[in-house]
Amino acid sequence: MRSWLRHHRMAFNSAARKLAAQKSAAFASVLAIGIAISLPLAGYILLEPLRGLLGRVALEPQLTVFMKQSAKRDDADALGRTLRGDVRIGSARLIAKEAALKELASVEGMADVVSVLAINPLPDAYVVRARDTAPESMERLASELQALPGVERVHADSLWARRLASIAAIGRVALMILSTLLGFGLIAVTFNTIRLQILTLRDEIEVSKLLGATDGYIRRPYYYLGVLQGAIGGAIALIIVLTGTYIMNLEVGVLADSYGSSFRLPFPPLADAVSVIVYAGLLGWLGAHLSVSRHLRDIEPS
Amino acid sequence: MISFDSVSKRYPGNREALSRVTFSVDNGEMIFITGHSGAGKSTLLKLIPAIERPTSGSVVVQGQNISAMKASALPYLRRSIGVVFQDQKLLHDRNVYENVMLPLAFSDHAPKEAARRARAALDKVGLLDRELSHPIQLSGGEQQRLAIARAVVNRPSILIADEPTANLDDDSARIVMEIFLSFHQVGVTILLASHDQAMMRRYGGRVFALAGGKLTERPAEAAA
Ligand SMILES: Nc1ncnc2c1ncn2[C@@H]1O[C@H](COP(=O)(O)OP(=O)(O)OP(=O)(O)O)[C@@H](O)[C@H]1O
Ligand SMILES: [Mg+2]
Repeated sequence: MRSWLRHHRMAFNSAARKLAAQKSAAFASVLAIGIAISLPLAGYILLEPLRGLLGRVALEPQLTVFMKQSAKRDDADALGRTLRGDVRIGSARLIAKEAALKELASVEGMADVVSVLAINPLPDAYVVRARDTAPESMERLASELQALPGVERVHADSLWARRLASIAAIGRVALMILSTLLGFGLIAVTFNTIRLQILTLRDEIEVSKLLGATDGYIRRPYYYLGVLQGAIGGAIALIIVLTGTYIMNLEVGVLADSYGSSFRLPFPPLADAVSVIVYAGLLGWLGAHLSVSRHLRDIEPS
Repeated sequence: MISFDSVSKRYPGNREALSRVTFSVDNGEMIFITGHSGAGKSTLLKLIPAIERPTSGSVVVQGQNISAMKASALPYLRRSIGVVFQDQKLLHDRNVYENVMLPLAFSDHAPKEAARRARAALDKVGLLDRELSHPIQLSGGEQQRLAIARAVVNRPSILIADEPTANLDDDSARIVMEIFLSFHQVGVTILLASHDQAMMRRYGGRVFALAGGKLTERPAEAAA
């Protein structure tokens, strides 16, 4: 057990030495890995607020029917009956102007604005769910509702959210493709670093085999090297992205503050940060495995 | 004990380097292997630690049939056999001490014990004061002694040396031979390839003569 630990410590030290011995070459590949990983990571950071936003917006297609400012409660009730009587409409929910104002006041930065209003500028409104949610029938329904008495305007407010959601979905797919490609890139970089290492240390490997080193003993430092290189690359990516997020937030903050919002780009949570390093390490391990399996076999002592 | 039973070795695309070689060596014996260049001396020696595998026949080393051995068992066989290679195979980017430490790194010695053994081996060949030199800074004889130190550092019961005195002057050759003799005296089995007839006469032991891959044993007195 102790000698097992010692062998692993020795392999780790040997890997660290190999990495340190290469200096600029090792630094270059680690940096390349770091920059590569930082790209999808940055995309993730930028998409993350969008996901939060979309989570709050109802994505089911719905219409909002705003009544005229002058409409009375009776008018609203009458419209409600009409709407509920329409076979094309699944449900119609009244949002009274008082409730709408209260909700508005609860939105960040709006409380001050609302408090200085002398009268309630908001109309009564109905949130209508159509049975047929195809965009064309929604639009036809909207224009018909528009013509009803007491109606000021009909707003198909889910459409933009749906578009945004599909843009976000495209973004996520693009990120996945990018991450996958860069994952392969990381494997390739590790594969190559280790191939070069093995070539440089050909003599040492050959002599070690001749003198009775096990395959495991010879392979182990290269696995550590791959993991170390991947994990350090992952850490560099995190540093790049955290620094970038911090710098961007200086400007985002100015913009958001001007809207009375405290919005900032989110920093990745610790668990995500750790998993970036772990995944990069795993990919490094995989690259090392492929390289070692491919190249150590070629070195046969004679 | 080492025994070859009708061992042949053919390298791809070549004629047979060894042809139906049969012999057996007891523990603690000292054997000289002689023959012209290309006679198959190195090939014979490489079969013992399974650096080369026989094309046919069986090689048995300390009760283990090498021909049937799994690849994963080879490292342990090799650690029990010290080899001084014809081309020495020293690592030129490492110093003398590190070269000797190499085989200790992958056997299960505690670091202190490994360091002690490395120094003992260097002391044995008279290179203790050259610990920090690099092989390139050593004379031919000293390099040969370094190769011997590395071969014996794991205290093998079998020591193989492929023309260890080939490029040395008489004095250096004598120093090197004294080292092998001292291992022989403590019971290590020794197989030495050599061209030097005078040396074989001087040190005695059985002589295996190889010619065109065929082995004949000459009695020690006949070598004289
Ligand atoms: N790796 C190899 N591949 C192909 N042929 C080889 C190989 N090694 C040796 N041979 C051939 O096998 C024969 C025996 O070679 P070997 O090296 O055993 O001779 P040797 O007696 O050690 O010669 P020397 O005194 O020159 O070292 C030679 O004909 C040689 O060309
Ligand atoms: Mg030879």
